[in-house]
Amino acid sequence: MKGMTIIVKKTTQLIAGLVFLYGIYIIIHGHLTPGGGFAGGVILAGSFILQILAFGSEFTHLLKEETGSTFYENMAILVVLFLAVSGLLFGLKVFFLNWVPQGTPGEIISAGMLPLYNIFVGIEVAASILTIFLALVIFKEEISK
Amino acid sequence: MTVYLLCFILFLVGLYGVITRRNLIKIAISLSIMEFSSFLFFALIGFVDGGVAPIVDPADPLKTYVDPLPQALVLTAIVIGLATTAMLMAVIIRIYRKYKTFDIREISNLRG
Amino acid sequence: MEVAISVIVGFMIIGALYAIHAKDILSAVIAGGIVGYSLVICFLMLKAPDLAIVQIVVETITLIIMVAVVLDSSREEAFSRPDRRGYISAAMTIVVVVTLLYFFRMSIDTLDSFGTGTLRMAGPYIEGAVEKTGSVNLVTGVVFDFRGYDTLGEATVLVTAVLGVLTILRIKGKK
Repeated sequence: MKGMTIIVKKTTQLIAGLVFLYGIYIIIHGHLTPGGGFAGGVILAGSFILQILAFGSEFTHLLKEETGSTFYENMAILVVLFLAVSGLLFGLKVFFLNWVPQGTPGEIISAGMLPLYNIFVGIEVAASILTIFLALVIFKEEISK
Repeated sequence: MTVYLLCFILFLVGLYGVITRRNLIKIAISLSIMEFSSFLFFALIGFVDGGVAPIVDPADPLKTYVDPLPQALVLTAIVIGLATTAMLMAVIIRIYRKYKTFDIREISNLRG
Repeated sequence: MEVAISVIVGFMIIGALYAIHAKDILSAVIAGGIVGYSLVICFLMLKAPDLAIVQIVVETITLIIMVAVVLDSSREEAFSRPDRRGYISAAMTIVVVVTLLYFFRMSIDTLDSFGTGTLRMAGPYIEGAVEKTGSVNLVTGVVFDFRGYDTLGEATVLVTAVLGVLTILRIKGKK
Protein backbone atom coordinates (compact mmCIF):
# COMPACT_ATOMS: atom_id res chain seq x y z
CA MET A 1 0.00 0.00 0.00
CA LYS A 2 1.15 3.52 -0.68
CA GLY A 3 2.58 5.69 2.03
CA MET A 4 1.49 9.19 2.86
CA THR A 5 2.92 12.62 2.03
CA ILE A 6 6.33 13.81 3.11
CA ILE A 7 5.09 15.83 6.07
CA VAL A 8 3.56 12.74 7.65
CA LYS A 9 6.70 10.73 6.96
CA LYS A 10 9.00 13.26 8.62
CA THR A 11 6.72 13.62 11.64
CA THR A 12 6.53 9.85 12.03
CA GLN A 13 10.29 9.55 11.91
CA LEU A 14 10.49 11.96 14.83
CA ILE A 15 7.66 10.59 16.94
CA ALA A 16 7.49 6.80 16.50
CA GLY A 17 10.58 6.16 18.59
CA LEU A 18 9.27 8.34 21.43
CA VAL A 19 5.93 6.51 21.45
CA PHE A 20 7.74 3.18 21.67
CA LEU A 21 9.81 4.44 24.60
CA TYR A 22 6.67 5.74 26.32
CA GLY A 23 5.02 2.33 25.97
CA ILE A 24 8.00 0.61 27.57
CA TYR A 25 7.95 3.17 30.41
CA ILE A 26 4.28 2.51 31.16
CA ILE A 27 4.85 -1.26 31.18
CA ILE A 28 7.86 -1.22 33.49
CA HIS A 29 6.37 1.25 36.00
CA GLY A 30 3.11 -0.68 36.08
CA HIS A 31 3.16 -1.28 39.80
CA LEU A 32 3.95 2.32 40.73
CA THR A 33 1.87 4.57 38.46
CA PRO A 34 -1.38 4.06 36.56
CA GLY A 35 -0.96 1.80 33.57
CA GLY A 36 0.38 -1.68 33.67
CA GLY A 37 0.65 -4.45 31.12
CA PHE A 38 -2.46 -3.80 29.05
CA ALA A 39 -2.10 -0.05 28.66
CA GLY A 40 1.57 -0.29 27.73
CA GLY A 41 0.90 -3.12 25.31
CA VAL A 42 -1.67 -1.22 23.30
CA ILE A 43 0.60 1.85 23.17
CA LEU A 44 3.41 -0.31 21.74
CA ALA A 45 1.05 -1.66 19.11
CA GLY A 46 0.00 1.90 18.29
CA SER A 47 3.60 2.85 17.57
CA PHE A 48 3.98 0.05 15.02
CA ILE A 49 0.63 0.77 13.40
CA LEU A 50 1.65 4.41 12.98
CA GLN A 51 4.80 3.39 11.12
CA ILE A 52 2.96 1.00 8.81
CA LEU A 53 0.31 3.58 7.94
CA ALA A 54 2.77 6.39 7.27
CA PHE A 55 5.34 4.58 5.17
CA GLY A 56 3.39 1.87 3.43
CA SER A 57 5.13 -1.36 2.68
CA GLU A 58 5.60 -3.84 -0.01
CA PHE A 59 3.77 -7.04 0.27
CA THR A 60 6.63 -9.47 0.91
CA HIS A 61 8.03 -7.27 3.66
CA LEU A 62 4.69 -7.39 5.48
CA LEU A 63 4.61 -11.19 5.31
CA LYS A 64 7.96 -11.39 7.07
CA GLU A 65 6.69 -9.02 9.77
CA GLU A 66 3.65 -11.17 10.36
CA THR A 67 5.77 -14.26 10.96
CA GLY A 68 7.80 -12.35 13.54
CA SER A 69 4.81 -10.97 15.42
CA THR A 70 3.06 -14.33 15.74
CA PHE A 71 6.29 -15.80 17.09
CA TYR A 72 6.53 -13.11 19.79
CA GLU A 73 2.89 -13.55 20.75
CA ASN A 74 3.17 -17.30 21.21
CA MET A 75 6.41 -17.10 23.17
CA ALA A 76 4.98 -14.44 25.51
CA ILE A 77 1.83 -16.42 26.36
CA LEU A 78 3.90 -19.55 27.04
CA VAL A 79 6.20 -17.61 29.39
CA VAL A 80 3.16 -16.22 31.27
CA LEU A 81 1.85 -19.75 31.67
CA PHE A 82 5.24 -20.96 32.86
CA LEU A 83 5.46 -18.16 35.43
CA ALA A 84 2.02 -19.08 36.74
CA VAL A 85 2.87 -22.78 37.03
CA SER A 86 6.29 -22.13 38.57
CA GLY A 87 4.71 -22.04 42.02
CA LEU A 88 3.77 -25.69 41.60
CA LEU A 89 7.14 -26.74 40.25
CA PHE A 90 9.29 -25.33 43.01
CA GLY A 91 7.59 -27.20 45.77
CA LEU A 92 5.24 -24.55 47.06
CA LYS A 93 2.14 -26.36 45.80
CA VAL A 94 0.02 -23.27 45.04
CA PHE A 95 -0.95 -22.10 41.55
CA PHE A 96 -0.20 -18.40 40.86
CA LEU A 97 1.79 -17.77 44.01
CA ASN A 98 3.83 -14.59 44.25
CA TRP A 99 6.94 -16.29 45.61
CA VAL A 100 9.71 -13.89 44.63
CA PRO A 101 10.66 -11.87 47.75
CA GLN A 102 8.98 -8.48 47.85
CA GLY A 103 11.06 -5.43 48.54
CA THR A 104 9.95 -2.13 49.97
CA PRO A 105 6.85 -0.77 48.24
CA GLY A 106 7.58 2.28 46.13
CA GLU A 107 10.72 1.26 44.31
CA ILE A 108 11.09 -0.21 40.86
CA ILE A 109 12.36 -3.60 41.97
CA SER A 110 9.58 -4.52 44.35
CA ALA A 111 6.24 -6.32 44.37
CA GLY A 112 7.61 -9.79 43.71
CA MET A 113 6.69 -11.24 40.37
CA LEU A 114 4.40 -8.43 39.27
CA PRO A 115 6.90 -6.60 36.99
CA LEU A 116 7.63 -9.88 35.16
CA TYR A 117 3.92 -10.47 34.60
CA ASN A 118 3.51 -6.91 33.36
CA ILE A 119 6.33 -7.20 30.82
CA PHE A 120 5.23 -10.45 29.27
CA VAL A 121 1.53 -9.62 29.16
CA GLY A 122 2.48 -6.30 27.54
CA ILE A 123 4.49 -8.07 24.81
CA GLU A 124 1.61 -10.47 24.25
CA VAL A 125 -1.04 -7.78 23.89
CA ALA A 126 1.14 -5.70 21.54
CA ALA A 127 1.91 -8.67 19.30
CA SER A 128 -1.76 -9.72 19.16
CA ILE A 129 -3.03 -6.34 18.03
CA LEU A 130 -0.20 -6.00 15.52
CA THR A 131 -0.99 -9.45 14.08
CA ILE A 132 -4.66 -8.57 13.65
CA PHE A 133 -3.79 -5.34 11.85
CA LEU A 134 -1.22 -7.03 9.60
CA ALA A 135 -3.68 -9.75 8.65
CA LEU A 136 -6.20 -7.11 7.52
CA VAL A 137 -3.59 -5.17 5.52
CA ILE A 138 -2.21 -8.29 3.81
CA PHE A 139 -5.74 -9.37 2.84
CA LYS A 140 -6.40 -6.00 1.26
CA GLU A 141 -3.11 -6.18 -0.65
CA GLU A 142 -3.84 -9.63 -2.03
CA ILE A 143 -7.32 -8.66 -3.18
CA SER A 144 -6.19 -5.63 -5.13
CA LYS A 145 -3.52 -7.57 -7.02
CA MET B 1 -29.99 7.12 40.31
CA THR B 2 -30.46 9.11 37.15
CA VAL B 3 -26.92 8.25 36.09
CA TYR B 4 -27.68 4.53 36.20
CA LEU B 5 -30.86 5.10 34.23
CA LEU B 6 -29.09 7.15 31.56
CA CYS B 7 -26.40 4.50 31.24
CA PHE B 8 -29.06 1.87 30.69
CA ILE B 9 -30.79 4.05 28.08
CA LEU B 10 -27.49 4.11 26.17
CA PHE B 11 -27.51 0.30 26.26
CA LEU B 12 -31.07 0.27 24.94
CA VAL B 13 -30.16 2.66 22.11
CA GLY B 14 -27.46 0.21 21.06
CA LEU B 15 -29.91 -2.69 21.28
CA TYR B 16 -32.39 -0.81 19.11
CA GLY B 17 -29.66 -0.29 16.54
CA VAL B 18 -28.75 -3.98 16.43
CA ILE B 19 -32.35 -5.12 15.95
CA THR B 20 -33.67 -2.65 13.40
CA ARG B 21 -30.81 -1.66 11.13
CA ARG B 22 -30.11 -3.37 7.83
CA ASN B 23 -26.59 -2.23 7.14
CA LEU B 24 -23.83 -4.43 8.53
CA ILE B 25 -21.52 -1.59 9.51
CA LYS B 26 -24.27 0.01 11.60
CA ILE B 27 -24.87 -3.29 13.38
CA ALA B 28 -21.16 -3.40 14.26
CA ILE B 29 -21.23 0.20 15.56
CA SER B 30 -24.33 -0.51 17.69
CA LEU B 31 -22.68 -3.58 19.21
CA SER B 32 -19.71 -1.43 20.15
CA ILE B 33 -22.04 1.13 21.78
CA MET B 34 -23.59 -1.63 23.92
CA GLU B 35 -20.14 -2.64 25.13
CA PHE B 36 -19.28 0.95 26.10
CA SER B 37 -22.41 1.29 28.19
CA SER B 38 -21.59 -1.82 30.21
CA PHE B 39 -18.04 -0.56 30.88
CA LEU B 40 -19.51 2.73 32.10
CA PHE B 41 -21.92 0.94 34.42
CA PHE B 42 -19.11 -0.99 36.08
CA ALA B 43 -17.07 2.16 36.61
CA LEU B 44 -20.13 3.94 38.07
CA ILE B 45 -20.76 1.25 40.66
CA GLY B 46 -17.31 1.45 42.16
CA PHE B 47 -17.24 5.21 42.70
CA VAL B 48 -17.04 6.67 46.22
CA ASP B 49 -17.75 10.34 46.90
CA GLY B 50 -14.56 12.18 47.78
CA GLY B 51 -12.34 9.25 46.91
CA VAL B 52 -9.07 9.45 45.02
CA ALA B 53 -7.61 7.24 42.32
CA PRO B 54 -6.48 3.86 43.72
CA ILE B 55 -2.73 4.56 43.91
CA VAL B 56 -1.55 4.32 47.49
CA ASP B 57 0.39 7.38 48.58
CA PRO B 58 3.17 6.22 50.94
CA ALA B 59 3.12 9.46 52.89
CA ASP B 60 -0.58 9.37 53.77
CA PRO B 61 -1.91 5.84 53.48
CA LEU B 62 -5.31 6.34 55.09
CA LYS B 63 -7.31 8.21 52.48
CA THR B 64 -10.51 6.85 51.07
CA TYR B 65 -9.89 5.12 47.78
CA VAL B 66 -12.18 4.38 44.90
CA ASP B 67 -13.02 0.69 44.70
CA PRO B 68 -10.36 -1.06 42.56
CA LEU B 69 -12.22 -4.29 41.83
CA PRO B 70 -14.65 -3.07 39.10
CA GLN B 71 -11.79 -1.22 37.43
CA ALA B 72 -9.77 -4.42 37.31
CA LEU B 73 -12.67 -6.26 35.67
CA VAL B 74 -13.18 -3.59 33.01
CA LEU B 75 -9.46 -3.23 32.21
CA THR B 76 -9.21 -6.58 30.45
CA ALA B 77 -12.68 -6.31 28.97
CA ILE B 78 -11.75 -3.25 26.90
CA VAL B 79 -8.95 -5.09 25.10
CA ILE B 80 -11.20 -8.10 24.49
CA GLY B 81 -13.78 -5.73 22.98
CA LEU B 82 -11.19 -4.53 20.48
CA ALA B 83 -10.35 -8.10 19.46
CA THR B 84 -13.98 -9.08 18.89
CA THR B 85 -14.75 -5.90 16.94
CA ALA B 86 -11.76 -6.60 14.69
CA MET B 87 -12.97 -10.15 14.15
CA LEU B 88 -16.43 -8.85 13.20
CA MET B 89 -14.84 -6.48 10.68
CA ALA B 90 -12.91 -9.39 9.16
CA VAL B 91 -16.17 -11.28 8.59
CA ILE B 92 -17.75 -8.14 7.09
CA ILE B 93 -14.83 -7.75 4.65
CA ARG B 94 -15.29 -11.33 3.50
CA ILE B 95 -19.03 -10.87 3.01
CA TYR B 96 -18.52 -7.67 1.03
CA ARG B 97 -16.01 -9.31 -1.25
CA LYS B 98 -18.39 -12.11 -2.12
CA TYR B 99 -21.77 -10.36 -2.36
CA LYS B 100 -20.73 -6.74 -3.12
CA THR B 101 -23.26 -5.29 -0.70
CA PHE B 102 -23.63 -4.49 2.98
CA ASP B 103 -27.37 -5.11 3.20
CA ILE B 104 -28.41 -8.15 5.18
CA ARG B 105 -31.65 -8.81 3.30
CA GLU B 106 -29.96 -9.05 -0.05
CA ILE B 107 -27.36 -11.39 1.40
CA SER B 108 -29.96 -13.81 2.61
CA ASN B 109 -31.65 -13.76 -0.78
CA LEU B 110 -28.65 -14.83 -2.77
CA ARG B 111 -27.74 -18.33 -1.75
CA GLY B 112 -24.44 -19.93 -2.64
CA MET C 1 -20.26 15.17 40.07
CA GLU C 2 -23.47 13.37 39.29
CA VAL C 3 -24.79 16.29 37.24
CA ALA C 4 -21.61 16.52 35.16
CA ILE C 5 -21.58 12.80 34.35
CA SER C 6 -25.27 12.91 33.49
CA VAL C 7 -24.67 15.71 31.00
CA ILE C 8 -21.86 13.80 29.29
CA VAL C 9 -23.89 10.59 29.11
CA GLY C 10 -26.69 12.67 27.59
CA PHE C 11 -24.29 13.78 24.85
CA MET C 12 -23.30 10.16 24.32
CA ILE C 13 -26.95 9.21 23.82
CA ILE C 14 -27.42 11.98 21.26
CA GLY C 15 -24.27 10.88 19.42
CA ALA C 16 -25.40 7.25 19.44
CA LEU C 17 -28.82 8.17 18.07
CA TYR C 18 -27.17 10.12 15.26
CA ALA C 19 -24.80 7.23 14.50
CA ILE C 20 -27.72 4.89 14.01
CA HIS C 21 -29.78 7.14 11.77
CA ALA C 22 -27.08 8.71 9.60
CA LYS C 23 -27.46 8.47 5.82
CA ASP C 24 -23.75 8.36 5.10
CA ILE C 25 -21.85 5.43 6.59
CA LEU C 26 -18.62 7.35 7.15
CA SER C 27 -20.50 9.86 9.33
CA ALA C 28 -21.94 6.99 11.34
CA VAL C 29 -18.47 5.56 11.99
CA ILE C 30 -17.11 8.91 13.16
CA ALA C 31 -20.13 9.43 15.44
CA GLY C 32 -19.39 6.04 16.97
CA GLY C 33 -15.87 7.29 17.60
CA ILE C 34 -17.28 10.33 19.41
CA VAL C 35 -19.14 8.03 21.83
CA GLY C 36 -15.87 6.24 22.57
CA TYR C 37 -13.92 9.42 23.24
CA SER C 38 -16.63 10.81 25.56
CA LEU C 39 -16.26 7.61 27.55
CA VAL C 40 -12.62 8.60 28.21
CA ILE C 41 -13.80 11.84 29.86
CA CYS C 42 -16.27 9.86 31.97
CA PHE C 43 -13.52 7.51 33.11
CA LEU C 44 -11.29 10.42 34.12
CA MET C 45 -14.07 12.00 36.15
CA LEU C 46 -14.73 8.69 37.90
CA LYS C 47 -11.08 8.57 39.03
CA ALA C 48 -9.99 5.60 36.90
CA PRO C 49 -6.79 6.57 35.03
CA ASP C 50 -5.84 3.03 33.89
CA LEU C 51 -9.11 2.63 32.03
CA ALA C 52 -8.76 6.04 30.38
CA ILE C 53 -5.32 5.19 28.92
CA VAL C 54 -6.52 1.86 27.52
CA GLN C 55 -9.80 3.23 26.16
CA ILE C 56 -8.30 6.13 24.25
CA VAL C 57 -5.75 4.01 22.38
CA VAL C 58 -8.22 1.19 21.70
CA GLU C 59 -10.78 3.65 20.33
CA THR C 60 -8.20 5.10 17.93
CA ILE C 61 -7.27 1.65 16.62
CA THR C 62 -10.93 0.71 16.20
CA LEU C 63 -11.59 3.90 14.23
CA ILE C 64 -8.61 3.18 11.95
CA ILE C 65 -9.89 -0.31 11.13
CA MET C 66 -13.48 0.80 10.55
CA VAL C 67 -12.59 3.74 8.32
CA ALA C 68 -10.29 1.50 6.27
CA VAL C 69 -13.15 -0.95 5.72
CA VAL C 70 -15.70 1.72 4.80
CA LEU C 71 -13.54 3.81 2.49
CA ASP C 72 -13.09 1.31 -0.31
CA SER C 73 -16.70 0.34 -0.71
CA SER C 74 -19.92 2.05 -1.57
CA ARG C 75 -20.79 4.61 1.04
CA GLU C 76 -24.50 5.02 0.65
CA GLU C 77 -27.10 3.34 2.73
CA ALA C 78 -29.93 2.37 0.47
CA PHE C 79 -33.05 3.82 2.08
CA SER C 80 -36.21 1.95 1.21
CA ARG C 81 -39.75 2.13 2.42
CA PRO C 82 -40.21 0.38 5.75
CA ASP C 83 -42.13 -2.68 4.76
CA ARG C 84 -43.94 -5.22 6.88
CA ARG C 85 -40.81 -6.84 8.26
CA GLY C 86 -39.56 -3.40 9.32
CA TYR C 87 -42.76 -2.65 11.23
CA ILE C 88 -42.70 -6.01 12.99
CA SER C 89 -39.10 -5.56 14.13
CA ALA C 90 -39.77 -2.00 15.34
CA ALA C 91 -42.79 -3.14 17.38
CA MET C 92 -40.82 -6.02 18.85
CA THR C 93 -38.05 -3.61 19.80
CA ILE C 94 -40.47 -1.32 21.64
CA VAL C 95 -41.89 -4.24 23.64
CA VAL C 96 -38.41 -5.46 24.61
CA VAL C 97 -37.26 -1.94 25.57
CA VAL C 98 -40.26 -1.24 27.82
CA THR C 99 -39.95 -4.60 29.55
CA LEU C 100 -36.23 -4.16 30.19
CA LEU C 101 -36.73 -0.61 31.50
CA TYR C 102 -39.38 -1.77 33.95
CA PHE C 103 -37.23 -4.56 35.36
CA PHE C 104 -34.18 -2.33 35.54
CA ARG C 105 -36.14 0.27 37.48
CA MET C 106 -37.15 -2.43 39.91
CA SER C 107 -33.66 -3.79 40.38
CA ILE C 108 -31.67 -0.63 41.01
CA ASP C 109 -33.74 0.12 44.08
CA THR C 110 -31.56 -2.37 45.91
CA LEU C 111 -28.39 -0.40 45.11
CA ASP C 112 -27.26 2.44 47.34
CA SER C 113 -27.44 5.86 45.77
CA PHE C 114 -24.62 6.99 43.54
CA GLY C 115 -21.26 7.38 45.25
CA THR C 116 -22.05 6.29 48.76
CA GLY C 117 -22.00 2.57 49.33
CA THR C 118 -19.02 0.35 48.82
CA LEU C 119 -19.21 -3.23 47.68
CA ARG C 120 -18.61 -6.00 50.14
CA MET C 121 -15.21 -7.07 48.85
CA ALA C 122 -13.70 -3.59 48.71
CA GLY C 123 -12.55 -3.53 52.33
CA PRO C 124 -10.49 -6.75 52.31
CA TYR C 125 -8.90 -5.84 48.98
CA ILE C 126 -7.83 -2.35 49.99
CA GLU C 127 -6.66 -2.90 53.55
CA GLY C 128 -3.98 -5.52 53.29
CA ALA C 129 -3.05 -4.93 49.66
CA VAL C 130 0.25 -3.10 50.06
CA GLU C 131 1.64 -5.67 52.50
CA LYS C 132 0.33 -8.72 50.68
CA THR C 133 1.22 -7.85 47.10
CA GLY C 134 3.88 -5.20 47.60
CA SER C 135 2.65 -2.97 44.80
CA VAL C 136 1.55 0.62 45.28
CA ASN C 137 -0.88 0.53 42.36
CA LEU C 138 -3.96 -1.23 43.71
CA VAL C 139 -5.53 -2.06 40.33
CA THR C 140 -2.38 -3.86 39.12
CA GLY C 141 -2.23 -5.75 42.39
CA VAL C 142 -5.82 -6.91 42.00
CA VAL C 143 -5.44 -7.81 38.31
CA PHE C 144 -2.22 -9.82 38.57
CA ASP C 145 -2.13 -11.11 42.13
CA PHE C 146 -5.57 -11.44 43.67
CA ARG C 147 -7.29 -12.20 40.36
CA GLY C 148 -4.49 -13.66 38.29
CA TYR C 149 -6.62 -16.47 36.93
CA ASP C 150 -8.92 -14.00 35.15
CA THR C 151 -5.92 -12.37 33.49
CA LEU C 152 -4.72 -15.75 32.23
CA GLY C 153 -8.16 -16.37 30.75
CA GLU C 154 -8.14 -12.96 29.08
CA ALA C 155 -4.77 -13.61 27.45
CA THR C 156 -6.15 -16.89 26.12
CA VAL C 157 -9.17 -15.09 24.64
CA LEU C 158 -6.85 -12.67 22.85
CA VAL C 159 -4.81 -15.50 21.33
CA THR C 160 -8.01 -17.23 20.20
CA ALA C 161 -9.33 -14.06 18.59
CA VAL C 162 -6.09 -13.65 16.64
CA LEU C 163 -6.38 -17.29 15.57
CA GLY C 164 -9.91 -16.61 14.36
CA VAL C 165 -8.90 -13.54 12.34
CA LEU C 166 -6.01 -15.38 10.72
CA THR C 167 -8.31 -18.24 9.74
CA ILE C 168 -11.05 -16.04 8.27
CA LEU C 169 -8.71 -13.91 6.18
CA ARG C 170 -6.70 -16.64 4.56
CA ILE C 171 -6.62 -17.08 0.81
CA LYS C 172 -5.85 -20.54 -0.31
CA GLY C 173 -3.84 -20.83 -3.44
CA LYS C 174 -5.50 -22.95 -6.01
CA LYS C 175 -3.39 -25.85 -7.10
